[in-house]
Amino acid sequence: MNIIHIEHIAKIYQVGSEQVHALRDVSLKIDKNEYVAIMGPSGSGKSTLMNMLGCLDTPTSGKYDFTGRSVSDMSDNDLAKIRNKEIGFVFQTFNLLSRSDALHNVELPLIYAGVPAAERRERAEIALTDVGLKERMHHKPNELSGGQRQRVAVARALVTRPSIILADEPTGNLDSKTGEEIMILFNEIYEKGNTIILVTHEEYIAEHAGRIIRLKDGLIENDERVKKRFIPKPRVEAV
Amino acid sequence: MNLNMTNIWFEIKEGMFIALRAIRANKVRSILTMLGIVIGITSVVLMTTAIRGIDNAFQQGISSLGSDVLYISKWPWFEHEDFWKIRNRRNITMEDFEKFKELAKMPIAVAPMVTSMRTVKNGSISMDNVILTGSNADYIKTTNFTFDVGRFFSETESKSSRNVAVLGSEVASTLFPRGDALDKEIKIGNEIFKVVGVLAKQGSFLLGSFNPDNDVYVPIGTIFKYFNSRWASSITINVRADGTAMVSKTKDEAEGVMRKVRGLLYNEQDDFAINQQEALQQNFNSVVGVIQIAGLFITGLALFVGAIGIMNIMFVSVRERTKEIGLRKAIGAKRRTILSQFIMESSAICLMGGLVGLLLAVILSIIVNKFLPTSVSYSAVLIAIFVSLITGILAGFAPAYTAAKMDPVEALRFE
Repeated sequence: MNIIHIEHIAKIYQVGSEQVHALRDVSLKIDKNEYVAIMGPSGSGKSTLMNMLGCLDTPTSGKYDFTGRSVSDMSDNDLAKIRNKEIGFVFQTFNLLSRSDALHNVELPLIYAGVPAAERRERAEIALTDVGLKERMHHKPNELSGGQRQRVAVARALVTRPSIILADEPTGNLDSKTGEEIMILFNEIYEKGNTIILVTHEEYIAEHAGRIIRLKDGLIENDERVKKRFIPKPRVEAV
Repeated sequence: MNLNMTNIWFEIKEGMFIALRAIRANKVRSILTMLGIVIGITSVVLMTTAIRGIDNAFQQGISSLGSDVLYISKWPWFEHEDFWKIRNRRNITMEDFEKFKELAKMPIAVAPMVTSMRTVKNGSISMDNVILTGSNADYIKTTNFTFDVGRFFSETESKSSRNVAVLGSEVASTLFPRGDALDKEIKIGNEIFKVVGVLAKQGSFLLGSFNPDNDVYVPIGTIFKYFNSRWASSITINVRADGTAMVSKTKDEAEGVMRKVRGLLYNEQDDFAINQQEALQQNFNSVVGVIQIAGLFITGLALFVGAIGIMNIMFVSVRERTKEIGLRKAIGAKRRTILSQFIMESSAICLMGGLVGLLLAVILSIIVNKFLPTSVSYSAVLIAIFVSLITGILAGFAPAYTAAKMDPVEALRFE
């Protein structure tokens, strides 16, 4: 079954007296355990598409089914529920709560899901251990490196066991070495059976995915399988 | 239903934790904001407490005058519009008193009273402007006075105008700081008087010239002998009714008797006034009422300013945390959750401020208690807590609403 099924969606913004067609006519299907990269120059509509996929925004017209449920006409509350349970966001700027430690940051979506405190803590600890930050649980974001911060954000995205991970330029604020580490992490997550949608404008990041969708002027320009996916290898650290 | 309740509890509990985290994260700002509420609540509580104190003091004082006593006098206590007319009334004389006493059947006690302002001395200690009250032995029956030591002067002493005096507690403690006034001699004007009794503390300064604590009581004859001319002074007749239920009947009778005593014709107006403690009470109530309204208005204003401060800070806080709000929404916070989070934050600030303010008010009221008999009442505590909570909710609502209706996409983009 398709996790995401979009048919002819369009999004029109009213900016002053002018209408901006951010998305004109986009149709696409994404299956479970796909690794998709969305690419496109700025203004191509990739951010809008990503907000749409993430249920942060609803289309002006068209149909969007998420795991079989129609999202296009959902209420604000239902959208919030979907975002909470089904979608894990990873942002370019990490978006961690700066005054809370890693553990609390990871717990946050579980609070909104109504998970009791003890279980919340346990699950957050597991998620942080999974991204290799077992020893850094009680550090605040400013005591962590950029890569570690993004790992916390990834743990936060994973902790609710969502249907898709939606990552918007996850390596955009990292140097290439740290970026690569994050891509290794994404690869692991993908190989465990998760669905990942990655928004990027960098070709070499997109090559990690199994499918690349290219947008231009609010339309899909190209949607193709990658013949040979780039699989990052963890470096062997010299001891 | 049950599930729903647990959900609400869960949200309140978690919302409270989030709110406390936010307050802790911005300690200085939270404390400064709290200050407005602290001042507001302190002043409101202290104001109510002080008013209660004034009222207590007055009631305590007035009870010594007795609620069933009438005071027949040339001057009414609180109406002075016909000053010249009243001034030209005939004086009430000792003869009027004697006739009144003979004719009036309802009173259980009747006594004459005349006052004079004098300086009272014990050796080198002197006290100016002491109200010297002259009366007879029956006077004590028209009051609720109690004695610290000694007694009131006797009928014999009064009839023969002996130089004996009964001191109000304030006079006694001023002239005899060691409390050994009984049987000592004092000098009133140039005359020597022997102290035969000291009254227990009766009234309070709120009663002004009605306060027996500042009085000295002497036989009425001595006043006429040494201080006031018998013919120039108008006396007051104190009339005690047989209980408060009889006050109005006694008053009606007293008016008729007085008219007869004064020889008034049916078409002539009363040339005397029958005063009652009630008038004092009414006068006091209207004064306190004004103080109360003005005081509560001013202190309420302080609280209002505090609330505006909270609202202001919450708006700043919402704006500053736009991105955080966006994130919270992205990971699943509902509008309602965001709304309640910010309302809880401002309520928590207000409640803390309210509790601190209450604590301050309790401490300050201990100081106030040195002047006025008072303490912070339970109702004031409850009202303070309630008011600070409501203030927090009202002041927090508009900012919280702004936060709740933010578009997550734009909020996340906010820098």
